[in-house]
Amino acid sequence: MSSVVDKSKVPWWVSNLIVPIVNLILALLVSALFIFIAGENPIEAVKLIIYGSFGYIEGFAYTLYYTTNFIFTGLAFAVAFHCRLFNIGGEGQAYIGGLGVYFAAIHFSFLPVPIVWILAIAGAIVFGGAWAFIPAYLQAKRGSHVVITTIMFNFIASSLMIYLLVDVIRDTNQMGPHTIAVAKELWFPTFKEFGELIGIKVRYSPLNLSFLLAIAASVFVWFLVWRTKWGYEMRAVGHNTQAAIYAGISPYKNIIIAMVISGGLAGLLAINEVLGVHHKIVSGFPAGYGFTGIAVALMGRNHPIGIFPAALLFGILYQGGSEVTFDMPNISRYMFVAVQGVIILFSGALENLFRPQVESFFVNKLNIRKKG
Amino acid sequence: MVSPILELKNINKSFGHVHANKNINLTINKGTIHGIIGENGAGKSTLMSIVYGLYQADSGKILVNEKEIKLRSPRDSIENGIGMVHQHFMLVENFTVLENIILGFEGELIFGKNLDKAKSDLKKLCESYKLNIDLDSVISDLSVGIRQRIEILKSLYRGAEVFILDEPTGVLTPQEVDELFKILRSLKEEGKTIVLITHKLNEIMDLTSEVSVMRQGEVVGHTNTSNTDKEKLAEMMVGRSVLLRINKSEAKKGDVVFSVRDLVVKDDLNVTRVKKISLDIHAGEILGLAGVTGNGQTELLEALSGIRKVESGEIYLFDEKISDQDNYLNPRDLKEKGLAHIPEDRQRMGLVTEFKAHENLIFGYHHQEPYSKSSILQEKEIMSFSKKVMEEYDVRPTSPNLITSNFSGGNQQKIILSRELNENPKVLLIGQPTRGVDIGAIEFIHQRLIDMRDKGAAILLVSVELEEVLSLSDRIVVMFDGNIVGEKINKDVTDRDLGLLMAGVA
Amino acid sequence: MEIFADLASLLNSTLRISTPLIFAAMAGLFAERSGVIDFSLEGKMLTAAFVAAVGSYYFGSPWLGLILAIIACVSLSMLHGFASVTHKGDQVVSCVAINILMIGLTTALAAAWFGQAGLTPTLTDEQRFLEITFPFADAIRSIPIIGFIYSDILSGHYIFVYLAYISVPIVFWIVFKTSFGLRLRAVGENPSAVDSAGINVFAMRYKALMINGVLIAFAGAHLSTAVNANFFREMSAGRGYLALAALIFGKWHPKTALIACLLFGFTDALQIRLQGVELPAIGTIPVQLIQAIPYVLTVVLLAGFVGKAIGPRAIGQPYIKER
Repeated sequence: MSSVVDKSKVPWWVSNLIVPIVNLILALLVSALFIFIAGENPIEAVKLIIYGSFGYIEGFAYTLYYTTNFIFTGLAFAVAFHCRLFNIGGEGQAYIGGLGVYFAAIHFSFLPVPIVWILAIAGAIVFGGAWAFIPAYLQAKRGSHVVITTIMFNFIASSLMIYLLVDVIRDTNQMGPHTIAVAKELWFPTFKEFGELIGIKVRYSPLNLSFLLAIAASVFVWFLVWRTKWGYEMRAVGHNTQAAIYAGISPYKNIIIAMVISGGLAGLLAINEVLGVHHKIVSGFPAGYGFTGIAVALMGRNHPIGIFPAALLFGILYQGGSEVTFDMPNISRYMFVAVQGVIILFSGALENLFRPQVESFFVNKLNIRKKG
Repeated sequence: MVSPILELKNINKSFGHVHANKNINLTINKGTIHGIIGENGAGKSTLMSIVYGLYQADSGKILVNEKEIKLRSPRDSIENGIGMVHQHFMLVENFTVLENIILGFEGELIFGKNLDKAKSDLKKLCESYKLNIDLDSVISDLSVGIRQRIEILKSLYRGAEVFILDEPTGVLTPQEVDELFKILRSLKEEGKTIVLITHKLNEIMDLTSEVSVMRQGEVVGHTNTSNTDKEKLAEMMVGRSVLLRINKSEAKKGDVVFSVRDLVVKDDLNVTRVKKISLDIHAGEILGLAGVTGNGQTELLEALSGIRKVESGEIYLFDEKISDQDNYLNPRDLKEKGLAHIPEDRQRMGLVTEFKAHENLIFGYHHQEPYSKSSILQEKEIMSFSKKVMEEYDVRPTSPNLITSNFSGGNQQKIILSRELNENPKVLLIGQPTRGVDIGAIEFIHQRLIDMRDKGAAILLVSVELEEVLSLSDRIVVMFDGNIVGEKINKDVTDRDLGLLMAGVA
Repeated sequence: MEIFADLASLLNSTLRISTPLIFAAMAGLFAERSGVIDFSLEGKMLTAAFVAAVGSYYFGSPWLGLILAIIACVSLSMLHGFASVTHKGDQVVSCVAINILMIGLTTALAAAWFGQAGLTPTLTDEQRFLEITFPFADAIRSIPIIGFIYSDILSGHYIFVYLAYISVPIVFWIVFKTSFGLRLRAVGENPSAVDSAGINVFAMRYKALMINGVLIAFAGAHLSTAVNANFFREMSAGRGYLALAALIFGKWHPKTALIACLLFGFTDALQIRLQGVELPAIGTIPVQLIQAIPYVLTVVLLAGFVGKAIGPRAIGQPYIKER
């Protein structure tokens, strides 16, 4: 057992940077072991990941496209987490958010393009937030654990959307379960088009304007959580509900607000997928991004400044991962789901596993430097 | 023939830099009822927890029947015949009495013969000690008095020879207290030894044959009960420590601004803790509420500050009713009406320790201007306010960005104080203001409270520290067992007078 | 007689579909009664399904597959215990991590070792558990009522089905009629009381988690080596969460949890039966919406419209010794 460290002497960069990095390294080592068990060479895999994710410009663009989604879902989980709520429902909230985008883009397409975009964004937020409202209400009023209810709502969203896509809003001229396409003018400009504008030639990639929306959302979340009264109250309720009541803050109100905003952020994923990439609602478009958001948020310590690099890391894993799955037939994309699980394990549940050793190591090292 | 059954030699125990037990030497003789008396923080409970094996002493020896033993866990203590009835009962709410008693001592894996034997053994024990307990009833249905008897029966069943009772009568009605004393006396007749930890002097005089007095971690006196009296014991209990009497002028008392009528308040376990209290507080005075912890002060403060509902009775603020059995205003409304509350438990209630200092400095006022405009926190105003207030109240280090858990207890308290006092409340409710606070800060805090009083605020000061109450109050009331048992103007009142009242002696 | 055939098939399906839920609920019961949250039933069930299928395939025996599945699940439960009990980490995060990890790892390894997007090889009859027909089932079938129950509803199930129903009274007996069970329940309600009786709280919790691992393994093995003849990705399909809801609805008591599991099983069986069927006045309910019924039911149960459930008092709080 290491000695007890005086917490106030530990520099912030050790607890918030070094320890998470140590946890990440441990997680990656375990992941390498998994790749080995699956019958492939982890070192080769790493090379492929690096090449695929930023070895060529379109690859990097793909990486940033994935990063966009992870920023949205990471922010979603983080906001709810600040109120001590585990919103596992990002998948479902993003899926339902797609309906909001659809209504705006299809039924209001006669309005000028920027207005439709704003309506679409609002729609995504409102529909995603609404899908989070019932679990929030049940948690606040009936104490029903938000983890189970949001997971159930993921399944329900899946069933509901498939039904709608097959029977109600289907594009009847096509075979697959998806909606009619959004009008071309409403498509978010892609990186390729941006490249053409400034004179560089790039091939197609799904990276689009939504990336900037994600950055804007990060700034918004930072502002909301740390610069507004609502964020302040959410955090108080999350840290110490008793004290919050003493201060006249309502836990009930804040649980609902936190979850609805969280759902709204997850909904924004639909903007990327529907307006930016597929240009229609495609069955299953949330594709696991909601769950990855959990890992991103935990790794990023629930702060936008940490979420961006964490989202980027996962973007690299996903894009590099698809290069790996392409070249190494033994590794499927599910391997990277497993990697996420390991990262959540080491960054979340076992985050304090080596914290005492790391912190006392640095405190001693710094003390020695002061003396010597 | 008096022989020692339990001896403690040079026991020391510290928690961080709090030295809870300093070189304790204590001898408990077999077949006696031995009292240990002292105020809050004297170290009585810590000592007994060591004897029961819940904590390990840092140094020293424990002897049972003159043989040294090592107590590494409650199991060792139980095997050495030591039983404990804790202040907070160790009972599983939805188990039956029988299940609670045999827990850990079932004697068999599959319930069968031993269970029946246990039942009949327990029935016999109940009869011999007249304990009158239904073994099949469920704990949640039982009154506090019966629960305590179950704890005693538990120790009897486990073969205890020494019974330690930690503040046993705090939750009992007078009749239940009488019944408990009957049981304790009959245990003694059977040759058992009882150690009674209490702050109530009449219990010591009624029951015990020997008494040890503890104060601030040490044993400061030991005598046969027949050789002493309440006054002498009270004096030893409160001691002649350094007086921190503040210089203050006469109070300029104004009208009654806060008043309480026939207030009855229950706690979370539905036990009545405040039993029909009435009080008035005038503007420009400090009303001190003295009393040992656990006599209803906590629940009273929670009711007065809008955190807990009242069973019956009324509370008035400036002639406006703010609480009765149907409704009560919440803390935010009360703040707007000029009432501030500094809670007893600063870490659990008064602060969010994970927040930075400047965030705690606006806690509860964060939604108001100038800290917030249109729901956006005004960083510049908050920071300049924080710096100003932290300097004014000498909070060290004067860093608004430092996370609150890194401040010492005294500085955390100053953060809360500065926050609440800065709003210039007209009524201030304050509990244990200097608990865990170092000497320098104590003086500072006391001076601030006097200043508030001089500006015309009405202050209710709830404290277990007699020195503090005597030093600051203009009037003093004492709370004992949920009632106000004495009211005095603070002129020529002595520690001894208050000590007697606090210990339940009229 | 159409109605009888329908009813028989419905009840028959109910018993079979409820089986993994029952094992999972019993597993959850042990963990949660000892004070440890277990949302990772889903991930563990999936793990057991994978390991049992692969184990049966390689060793040619479904029993060996089952044993390997038990080892795998107990390991995961110990991991959860290590993170939650020993390191006092956040129990919910630990569960979420295990779920996501195993959803990924099971399919990834299945794809790596057997190709084909996460399917393990189909098991031959020797490598899986087969249906068990009661003696003389054919002969008895013609007897009214008794035949109906004996031959059409009770006979012809996989061994896990019978084991599941037998497990319930055994669990009841362990939890309520032994000293181990008494201590288990006490640890989940008031760990201080247990500590003051000199019993090790942490050891009790680890033991509970071990039993949890064994029971959930049966649920997974049933899915991949009995009902189906292989593992396919994400085959647990939320059953772990349904079982949890059944447990909560059943107030953490084996008998009522069983009833809740049967309710879920019946709903699922009914849902399959109702697909494409024209109902009076409503018409045909879309397939996808019917499939959502179990999940909606879970939310309804959790919302406490059928009574509010209070769990073990000390659940989710790591036990800290010194006050």
